[in-house]
Amino acid sequence: MSKEDLEKRTVYSPDGEPIEIDPLNDYFLDRRPESYAPRNGVIEQFANWARAESLWVLGFGTGCGAIEMRPLMTPRFDAYRFGIQWRPTPRQSSVFVISGYLSVKTLKRVIRSYEQMQNPRFVVALGSCTINGGMYWDSYNTINRLDHYLPVDVYIAGCMPRPEALLAGFEELKKRIKAGKGDGANKYAENFDWYKANQKKIIKDWDMPDYNW
Amino acid sequence: MNQMTMEYTINQLKQLNGAQDHRYQREGLDFITLPKAYAVEAITRLRDHEGFAHLVLLTAVDWLEQGQFQLTYLLNNPVKKQDLGIRVLIPRETPVMDSIHLLWGQAATYQRELHEMFGIDFPGSPRVDQPFILEGWDEMPPYRRDFDTKKYAEETYFPRPGRSSNDPTEYMKHQLYPDE
Repeated sequence: MSKEDLEKRTVYSPDGEPIEIDPLNDYFLDRRPESYAPRNGVIEQFANWARAESLWVLGFGTGCGAIEMRPLMTPRFDAYRFGIQWRPTPRQSSVFVISGYLSVKTLKRVIRSYEQMQNPRFVVALGSCTINGGMYWDSYNTINRLDHYLPVDVYIAGCMPRPEALLAGFEELKKRIKAGKGDGANKYAENFDWYKANQKKIIKDWDMPDYNW
Repeated sequence: MNQMTMEYTINQLKQLNGAQDHRYQREGLDFITLPKAYAVEAITRLRDHEGFAHLVLLTAVDWLEQGQFQLTYLLNNPVKKQDLGIRVLIPRETPVMDSIHLLWGQAATYQRELHEMFGIDFPGSPRVDQPFILEGWDEMPPYRRDFDTKKYAEETYFPRPGRSSNDPTEYMKHQLYPDE
């Protein structure tokens, strides 16, 4: 990447529409996340079926559990046959797998990534560390309970859970979504102040706006 | 031959005023404690004249009871395949040490980490005051032994109630052979 690529400039879309871009600017959202209302009966059921059968996982490994996702996505366990695939950006993902212990520094990046994901979004918490801190329960920089910072849909216990356990967890998540219970994003929006207060309690150098993405 | 030259190096270091506590760990690994005042000078000489060209690591130990931090500079001679640990004791109340970032650039990273984790200052070392791993840490440096990690974690991270632990031997015995 050259220096010109990082400078502020105007580019034109194929239709001739001017677009101002500033690559070094962080674009933060300026309002709270909003909860979405489910649509009517069959339409929502159809949407939930579609959501459940195409789970797109954000490729973000937070702890040692990230190593379990490699065999899961490659031919041995091949999660793609269940409609699960990995995406490189939060804007395209619907599932966030918190894979193992979460340090405060990583939590900050996790929150920012989570808030960039579109509704409805789901969180799968992997390993004992996300449940009660696991073996890092008395550490000075790892969280104990993930559900105080993000709404969790499915926990997968174990240290580490094998890829089979992850597949079982994804199946459980699918059941929840199809039953209309995958409403973590709504929970996050409704209890936004509580989540933000918990997050800010431990992230002491909060240099993001209150509503970041 | 190798051991002989190592002995020569050690003997030279022992003649320095205040050098103490030479420890032969194994073939090709020795430790010696040098006074703070000329440890960096001795390390420079080891690097430039004795072939200890590689800094393996720089780490610290908190001797709380003695009121001292012990720094260990582990040097490696890649030609003769020898390691030499230079230990330096500095007082815990004024934890300041001379920087060696001019000898090895990567030492600045070690020193930045030691500054953050132990609160040891290395004046002049690049970016030594900036946070390295911890962001916005405002407590006592966490690797100091008088920092109560458990208490801090319990106050900060919402511990889940009902956590219990078992002795693995007893637990598995009970699980596998409940009648015995």
